[in-house]
Amino acid sequence: MNTTAENVSSQIDYAIHTDALNLWYGTFQALFDVNLDIKQGIITSLIGPSGCGKSTFLRSVNRINERLGYVRTEGLIEVMGQNVYNENVELIQVRKQIGMVFQRPNPLPISIRDNIIFGHKLHSEGRKPSISEQDDIIEAALRKVLLWDQVKDRLNSKATELSLEEQQKLCIARLLPVKPSVLLMDEPCSALDPKGTEAVEELIWDLRGEYTILIVTHNMAQARRASEECIFMLMGKVIEHTATEAMFVTPEHKETADYIEGRYG
Amino acid sequence: MFEISELNKRNQKTQKLFQILFLMMTLMLIAPVVIILGTLIYKGGAIISVDFLFTAPTDGMTAGGIFPALFGTVWLVAVALLVSVPVGVAAAIYLSEYAPDNWLTRIINLAIINLAGVPSIVHALFGVGAFVIFFKFGTSILAASLTLAIMTLPVVIVASKESLQAVPKAFREACWNMGATRWQTIRRVVLPNAVSGILTGVILEVSRTTGETAPIMFTGAAFFLPFLPQSVFDQTMALSLHLFVVSTQVPGVPDELPYGVALVLIGMVLLMNSVSIAFRMYLRGQKKW
Repeated sequence: MNTTAENVSSQIDYAIHTDALNLWYGTFQALFDVNLDIKQGIITSLIGPSGCGKSTFLRSVNRINERLGYVRTEGLIEVMGQNVYNENVELIQVRKQIGMVFQRPNPLPISIRDNIIFGHKLHSEGRKPSISEQDDIIEAALRKVLLWDQVKDRLNSKATELSLEEQQKLCIARLLPVKPSVLLMDEPCSALDPKGTEAVEELIWDLRGEYTILIVTHNMAQARRASEECIFMLMGKVIEHTATEAMFVTPEHKETADYIEGRYG
Repeated sequence: MFEISELNKRNQKTQKLFQILFLMMTLMLIAPVVIILGTLIYKGGAIISVDFLFTAPTDGMTAGGIFPALFGTVWLVAVALLVSVPVGVAAAIYLSEYAPDNWLTRIINLAIINLAGVPSIVHALFGVGAFVIFFKFGTSILAASLTLAIMTLPVVIVASKESLQAVPKAFREACWNMGATRWQTIRRVVLPNAVSGILTGVILEVSRTTGETAPIMFTGAAFFLPFLPQSVFDQTMALSLHLFVVSTQVPGVPDELPYGVALVLIGMVLLMNSVSIAFRMYLRGQKKW
């Protein structure tokens, strides 16, 4: 299963591809003809003023939007070459492949250990992973998010007792054992202090390559520092999608330039 | 410039007046509790003893203890809970975690609210019609307990639903985003965090059920029985009905006997309420969100 997924992913360059994506909340249209090709293995940031549809776009990629009953989606969204809105698509598999990190860290009110192994247990088909197997998974995930040294002596204490920065790292770490290919992050640093923001940004930067990361942010400086490509959205439309440096130095559109310079938003 | 004005004085006087008024109202609220408990202990305290609790009534219920009634009440409440808790919690889980927001769900919710408002004597008559006659359980513990169960269901459902919904949505999202099904989410995250609230609701409900008289008097509780029930198909005595009987139906009962029965009944209720509160405080202390 894993090898086929890798084969597929090595043949395509785009982790996320959308074609004529339109989305309505009831009668309000939130996305207009979004055509995007998001490259695999890099960090792409989504910027734009509040209400521009960036979070909506993020949430339609893993189909979390559907939980609001009144959402209607038209058009194509392909993740790793497969249409996630296909009829034979199992939502559980979609959620497994596409991890999501929220604005507010949301560790479960159980131990650090159990948080990390939670997703893995869900998907290990009746067979209970042995303790040593679990320990390896937990250590690997926590090392990956640079949290291992801080928490290795208190794996059994509650995850909700960690600092916000550590909680957010944990929320990223617990996605990893499920082996997702895409990570969606909805303003992952906005609840953190500057130090925490820096640490989490560094971590996200380290994860690029292995995962395709799509990050929504309000923080222009963050988009500039921590992403390779940048998408600017306005009123539900994609205005510009280029390399981050190019967008901030020589934006093509006037709206982009105005937003980046802080004239609105 | 900053001196008190006439208007200030008047306003402050009014404010003081209302503060005192509200305090008086609050004190009036606890007065009945104090008076009832005080009277019961004063008049019935002397009769309470191990013998009183663990022997049967004698001499046409004018002497002896209350054991069959105490035993019967425990039976009735236990069987009622055995039915209402699983059904109620399951219904609450459905309503809180699965039910879509449509007309059916709204009708169910409306029905639950109305069920909670049905007078207990109506429940009693329903119990007679449904369980005693239609299902042919006869007047028995089973019929009485089922009647009690139906009466307690709405409260169990509402309390459970509220504690399920008090579990932050972020936990559910976290689970769903790792690919958990709804049931996995409920079993591993939602229920463990809601259980304290559910238990508190259930225990409070126990204390209310303990005192109910009307729903059991036609369905399974007996005036007097010389023996203990052997199965759920037997009738039984019950504390609440026994209190009614010894206070109004039997001549020549010594004064302290009904007071003693009432004291035992209220003691059971208070004890369970205290357990419930202590339990909730303990579990809240454990929780950290």
